Amino acid sequence: MTEPQITDSLIAAHGLKPDEYARILEIIGREPTFTELGIFSAMWNEHCSYKSSKKWLRTLPTTGPQVICGPGENAGVVDIGDGQAVVFKMESHNHPSYIEPYQGAATGVGGILRDVFTMGARPIAAMNSLSFGEIGHPKTRQLVHGVVEGVGGYGNAFGVPTVGGEVRFHPAYNGNCLVNAFAAGLADSDRIFYSAASGVGMPVVYLGAKTGRDGVGGATMASAEFDDTIEEKRPTVQVGDPFTEKRLMEATLELMATGAVISIQDMGAAGLTCSAVEMGDKGGLGVRLNLEAVPQREADMTAYEMMLSESQERMLMVLKPELEAEARAVFEKWDLDFAIVGETIAEDRFLVMHNNEVKADLPLATLSGSAPEYDRPYVLKADTGAADLAPIVQIDPIDALRALISSPNYAAKNWVFEQYDTQVMADTVRVPGLGAGVIRVHGTDKLLAFTSDVTPRYVKANPVEGGKQAVAEAYRNLTAVGATPLASTDNLNFGNPEKPEIMGQFVGAIRGIGEACQALDMPIVSGNVSLYNETDGTGILPTPTIGAVGLIANADGLIAGEVRDGHVALVLGETAGHLGQSALLAEVFNREDGDAPRVDLQAEKRHGDFIRSHKSLIRVCTDLSDGGLALAAFELAEAAGVGVTLDSADTAQLFGEDQARYLIACNFDQAEALMIAAGHAGVPISSVGKFGGQSVRMGGSEAPLSELSAAYRGTFAATFD
Amino acid sequence: MKAAILVFPGSNCDRDLAQAFRAAGAEVQMVWHKDTELPAGTDIVGVPGGFSYGDYLRCGAIAAQSPICKALRTHVERGGYALGVCNGFQVLTETGLLPGALLRNAGLKYICKPVRLGVATADCAFTCAYEQGQQVTYPIAHHDGNYFADPDQLAALWAEDRVAFRYVDNPNGSAADIAGILSANRRVLGMMPHPERAAEPAQGGTDGAAFFRGLLAGVAQSAAPA
Repeated sequence: MTEPQITDSLIAAHGLKPDEYARILEIIGREPTFTELGIFSAMWNEHCSYKSSKKWLRTLPTTGPQVICGPGENAGVVDIGDGQAVVFKMESHNHPSYIEPYQGAATGVGGILRDVFTMGARPIAAMNSLSFGEIGHPKTRQLVHGVVEGVGGYGNAFGVPTVGGEVRFHPAYNGNCLVNAFAAGLADSDRIFYSAASGVGMPVVYLGAKTGRDGVGGATMASAEFDDTIEEKRPTVQVGDPFTEKRLMEATLELMATGAVISIQDMGAAGLTCSAVEMGDKGGLGVRLNLEAVPQREADMTAYEMMLSESQERMLMVLKPELEAEARAVFEKWDLDFAIVGETIAEDRFLVMHNNEVKADLPLATLSGSAPEYDRPYVLKADTGAADLAPIVQIDPIDALRALISSPNYAAKNWVFEQYDTQVMADTVRVPGLGAGVIRVHGTDKLLAFTSDVTPRYVKANPVEGGKQAVAEAYRNLTAVGATPLASTDNLNFGNPEKPEIMGQFVGAIRGIGEACQALDMPIVSGNVSLYNETDGTGILPTPTIGAVGLIANADGLIAGEVRDGHVALVLGETAGHLGQSALLAEVFNREDGDAPRVDLQAEKRHGDFIRSHKSLIRVCTDLSDGGLALAAFELAEAAGVGVTLDSADTAQLFGEDQARYLIACNFDQAEALMIAAGHAGVPISSVGKFGGQSVRMGGSEAPLSELSAAYRGTFAATFD
Repeated sequence: MKAAILVFPGSNCDRDLAQAFRAAGAEVQMVWHKDTELPAGTDIVGVPGGFSYGDYLRCGAIAAQSPICKALRTHVERGGYALGVCNGFQVLTETGLLPGALLRNAGLKYICKPVRLGVATADCAFTCAYEQGQQVTYPIAHHDGNYFADPDQLAALWAEDRVAFRYVDNPNGSAADIAGILSANRRVLGMMPHPERAAEPAQGGTDGAAFFRGLLAGVAQSAAPA
């Protein structure tokens, strides 16, 4: 089959800039073949190469005594004691989900699960952070239905409990929804599998589902802005099959137990190309592939198509040849393909053969290591600390609360998470809905807590403080269930980095995230960058989602009680009444002005440590974040079916979003003891009201709990059913 | 007491079910779907939740044709006990060991949440730990749990006291609020809710623990010489 001529328009269609093409000519000293052009395009697109972000990602803290493996592998690995490790990562599937919501979201979940079990870990928890456009936008409803069903359809069938996540709505996502999928798995810390190949002449084995034409060019699509040709991009979205993924997971874990695996890599973005090059590059070896051996789903596939296909549920492995029979038997048991498609070679060469014809012959290390890296110009929003905030009128607090909980942003999300299996594996201790989700480490008394957080409004107003705040909120959510935060993963969603103000959002957010991860000892162990989230030149809110994992060393340390009639409400931390960029302004006054709240990382640490060291006195705790005290107190009260009375009637006191704060509910004696302990520790604490009765009272204003509860629980169904 | 848990390639509650049986004191063996026989001396077969063969045709339809389901049928025909939970219930209706079918939920959405159930009969090994009319809470997690049977079948189920569990607040449109039914010999139970997910305090409920303890005792009693 003859391959197309290399022309300027073909180069442009591969997302390669003229200077990047010049670089290719320089590297190989000749014109590339069509297949080679595809390979370069796959390796050098933003999605795979991180060419705009690499410089800044390097500044993040990624190490610590708890970190077994930081960024660079399929997922991060963190020690949880007793020879066990938690393996986790968060990754976006934004562009595909907007084009084809069900399959885009489903394969996002599939991809992240594969990243986790490729490392030798059995997935035990998933989360999803979803951002959609405004409710009234014509695409929103269809995207919400499709994405939620896709997430559930894949995760539920695979059999991993979904224990957390976020759902937000904002006009800035009208043209680009965000689907950030998180997965965590459990492994023995001395049985982690990596991608670096070793040994010359070792068989390269293809595992899993067959290769089709789906997703050809997907990674390049995901590195471009959208315009009115979006419908034409549908064929670049892959189709997921959770049943095959479940079998691939079981077979892979069984295979690993046989000792036959030298190295292994899942086929994600840019499929066979990225996985083969990565295994060779990390091991300092070359790779030869014979494409006729690749299991194919469709007839007459070309080398180009096979190298760029993003068919799902596939893996590439370097095998110990003496154990081939055992390895093959495992895959036959699970009715999956097992094919030797090449071998490792000593030369630095990526040699792709198809029916004895050379389709690509490239220097492997250079292909992998010489991806362009840009130091893009950026403008960091002036950090004056005094962004203008117009005066705010006092408002009846009950009216304000009612408006908040009637907005899908702050209403109960049961409509969403009840479509996810939250309890499969029978180790779920705390389901999504209020703060962090909690899973028991199977067969032990240890618990793991999971949360994902970011407040995009803050990041837009003040990228550095907003970046810090995302980490701080994750820290607080883990703390509020009694967990010690271990580490985090970052999923950085931004607009077009070629615009200096967008690049400035990125640079600022990274700086804030880095400072917070350092101060709160939550190193970043994995992550993903999604840029070009723009449509017709309009970008999303900067959305650096932080996924974080915490450990509760024994089940007694879990804080997960419900409030009871007679409980005292205490706020730990300082309330100044910061209303800039608050939920109240956005939802009630339709305003997004002022600065983001300041994050005092020392106070965050001090207050978090105080909670952890006084768990015996604290049975009910939640973090205060957007919506402030009023929303948090309502959520605790509503969950327990008990009313609440807050003493203040002041808008800023009730709805202010000052950081480093927690709401604690406890009986009078415990409250006294906590106040004394906090006094000794120099931690601000104050009594703000009490729980009890059947109504919600703030200042002189009051409404029946049942009425507010109906609004809170009915909003999603009323909006989306 | 020997329990055999069937494992289809897409089962995902097999470990959970095994754990609940073990916690209640059973000796548990996992049995692969390609096997043609159950382990010797199997007292009860557990058909777990999940997506057996991907559930692409109709939930449980392909599983019903698997080699191990032939062995299951033989076991049941000999008077052996079987418990099918969620996808297991779907498999049992597809094999014809239980009447009726499970349709897509009336709301067309997957639903995962704890539900209140009424124990409609305590006259079988499965529910002997409960009183008739007692309420228990188990989680549900399914897309296709809307029980359907034709009027004659429903009448027979009621007449023969074969409805084991009913939903207090029907979540999925099931006929007559039916959550679980028994075979004519009362030795096969199919149910959509998951007792194995409510079997210990850490899971947020323990109503299911009594189910498994009662079941093992009930099976043991029926096997004991009169």
